[in-house]
Order: sequence, then structure tokens, then C-alpha cells
Amino acid sequence: MNISIVDYGAGNLPSIERALRSLGAETECVTRPEQIASARALILPGVGHFSAFVAGLRERHLTAALQHAIAGGTPVLGICLGLQAMFSSSAEAPGEPGLDLIHENVHALPADVKSPHIGWNQLRRLRKSILLREIPDDAYFYFAHSYAAAASEPHTAAACDHGFPFAAVLEQGNMMAVQFHPEKSGETGWRVLRNFLEWAQ
Amino acid sequence: MTLARRIIPCLDVDAGRVVKGVEFAGLRDMGDPEELAARYNREGADELILLDITASRDGRATFLETVRRVARQLNIPFAAGGGIRRLEDGYAVLRAGADKVTVNTAAVERPELISELAAQFGSQAVVLSMDVKKMNAGWEVFIRGGAESSGRDAAAWAREGVSRGAGEILLTSIDRDGTCSGFDCGLTATIAAKVSVPVIASGGAKTFDDFLAVFGEGQADAALAASIFHTAEHSIGALKTYLAGRGVPVRLSR
Repeated sequence: MNISIVDYGAGNLPSIERALRSLGAETECVTRPEQIASARALILPGVGHFSAFVAGLRERHLTAALQHAIAGGTPVLGICLGLQAMFSSSAEAPGEPGLDLIHENVHALPADVKSPHIGWNQLRRLRKSILLREIPDDAYFYFAHSYAAAASEPHTAAACDHGFPFAAVLEQGNMMAVQFHPEKSGETGWRVLRNFLEWAQ
Repeated sequence: MTLARRIIPCLDVDAGRVVKGVEFAGLRDMGDPEELAARYNREGADELILLDITASRDGRATFLETVRRVARQLNIPFAAGGGIRRLEDGYAVLRAGADKVTVNTAAVERPELISELAAQFGSQAVVLSMDVKKMNAGWEVFIRGGAESSGRDAAAWAREGVSRGAGEILLTSIDRDGTCSGFDCGLTATIAAKVSVPVIASGGAKTFDDFLAVFGEGQADAALAASIFHTAEHSIGALKTYLAGRGVPVRLSR
């Protein structure tokens, strides 16, 4: 399986690359629109600031290429900020358009909980999930974020609660995303990546 | 569904080896960073912290190589720091494979460093490390490995750090560090109540009950220890099983 990892200029790519390679995938970091157009499957990783992310995509002319590829059915896995970027906009950068694949907004975690939400948390399954296949219900995943998308139909397969129920696992057609870091979530997280690879195959 | 309390082994690294000092002085060799990292990853550590305690700038390349080697052993998050003075220093450890960068002395001297790192990499990637000592007037922040008073009040500095974008506080009690007399729960609870971000308690861990206390009365989100794990005096798995049995939410390995 050949996986294209979108390199928008920030993001910790080595750890996701290493995880995917250990699972038998061939990886390529892509920075050009034509590479995205021809990708068999895409990983959209992300850490940092929403505006840096969307600006990074824009400067490399990747925004439209991603929108087309995903609309055209290319399997994609968004990770952390990569999940948030699929939405219309984020409270982290008001006025900065996201990829707008899901017409909702990303919210800040409320002031009555610790933020960033950092550490290992559990999920609440809302329906049968492809990414969580064969993973126990009480498994923990590593989160590190200050913003989140509200859990809602039809995209959320599993939610996590921190301030409000947010989308932790998103599965909608060929579009998949996780708010946690599968590459940093031990064996359980690597299982999520394996499930994505098998499904995208 | 609960956010688990984290157990974080700390590797103090000097010239490519893990060392341990007692009360910020007197180093002792504790092993190879890569081997220890692999062991902790296997044993169920929730995270790792790697600190460069070499003072010299020329030790920098060696440390970055250690970060790279350690990163290859892990599928859990890890923070690296020690001697981070500029944005570029932070960038270098993150590019070497760390998920977060810790800042200490340089942030006290130039607090904008925190804002710069947070703007570039996000708050979740910035850990404000503070070494604190009890003085007559209260808890005070010390710099240069605990050698020098900064004159700053610990709670005020923690709050300023968070307002500048630090996503976590690594709080080390100088009085307790290396003494095996337990975490300073009073200090930890005081700081945890004053900030909106997670607090990692450090300094003084010896027994399982020390961890129980710091997650209870200490209100810590995570607890860090070094020598008790390095010497295999305690396994992380056994510690977590003990805590789980006493109602502390922890992530038990697979």
C-alpha cells in the first residue's frame, strides 16, 4: 500500500512515517498538488495552529487539490489538526477558511476544563467503526489539543468528552479522521493505522 | 470515560548517557537512553521526558542525536528540552522527533520565548519547566539547574507562562528532588489550582504511595520520576496496577 503524507511545512512527520512503514506501508511525503491528485491514499497530519496549517496548504497550492481528491473518493485519514482542517472554520483562527468538507465549525474547549486536553483518554462508541475494529471499548488514546469539533451525526463514529462531547473518530465515506494521535497511542494507536491501511487497500 | 493520570519517566542526559543527580548536584551514570526509552515504552509509560543537562553548546549535536535515537524507540509522546534558548532550538528538537519542547531558564530571562514557541508549534507542544524552592516569602522559581534565584513567585510565573501559551507545567520541587521523601503535594496543589493547564509533578518520588498522594491531595495531572524507574526499583506496570486498585484512573497497558 502506498500512502501519501501531506507535508504542509509543520507537523511531526517522522513519527507517522515510521509507524506506517512498520505496518508495511510505503510512504511518501507530498508537497505538490499533482502528487495529491495521483495519491492512492492520503494522510493529513497536523499539529500547531489552524491558521499556520491552512496557510501552509494555501502557499503550496494544496487546498483545491485536497478538496478535489477527497471529493473524488481518495481515502484520507486526518490526524488531530488534520481532522479540524476538514471543517469550515475554527475558533482558533476566525475568518480562516478550512477545507470545508464538513460544513460545521471547530470550537475552543470551554474554560471549565483543563486546556489543552493533554493525555490519554477513552472513547464513547456511537456506531460501528472501521478505524476502531478489534480495539477494546475501554482502550486509551493520546490527545493533545485545545480545539475540537462537536460530536454529531452523520460523521462521528466515536466521541470523547472533555468540556463537551467532541468528534474523536470521524468516518464519512472515504473521509476518516481522528482527534487523537494514533502514532503516539501505543499499540492501540498503531492498530487504528493498520485498520485504515486495510480499509484503504 | 476519564482522562488518565500520567506516569512519566524522565531521562536526564549528559553526553549521550542517562545520568542522575542528587539535589541538582553530583551525577551518576544510569544507562543508555535508547535502552531505557524502549523499556519504558514497553512497560506502559504514558510519556517520556528527555532533558539535556549538558551546559555547553557544543553538546547540542550529541543531544539531538540522542533525541533521534530515542524517538525511534517510542510509540508514545515525548518531550525534550534543556538549553532551549531560541525558537530554532525548539524547532531542532521537534524535527529530531520530539513532540514537545520544554523551556526553563531562558523563558525566565526572556518570557517571549514561550509565546514564540506556542505561536509556531501550538501550546500543546510547549512545556514550561520550573524548578521551585521554598523560601521564607513563599515558593520561588530558581534557574540554571536550581543554582540561582530568579526572584519570581512560582504561582505568578506559572500563570504568566500559561498566559503566554505554555500548554503544560513541569513543576520540580528542588527541596524534594533526589531526596526520596515524596512529592511536594502542597506546592503541586497550589500551582494546579492557579493554572488552567495540566501540571506534571516532579521531585522526590520514592514509593507507590507518593504517587497516590500527588494524584490525590497534590491534584497533579501527571507525575514524573527518574531514578526509581531507572534502577528498576519499581516497574511502571506495577505502579499503575497499584494506583488503579486505589481508584486513580490510569491507562493499563493493552
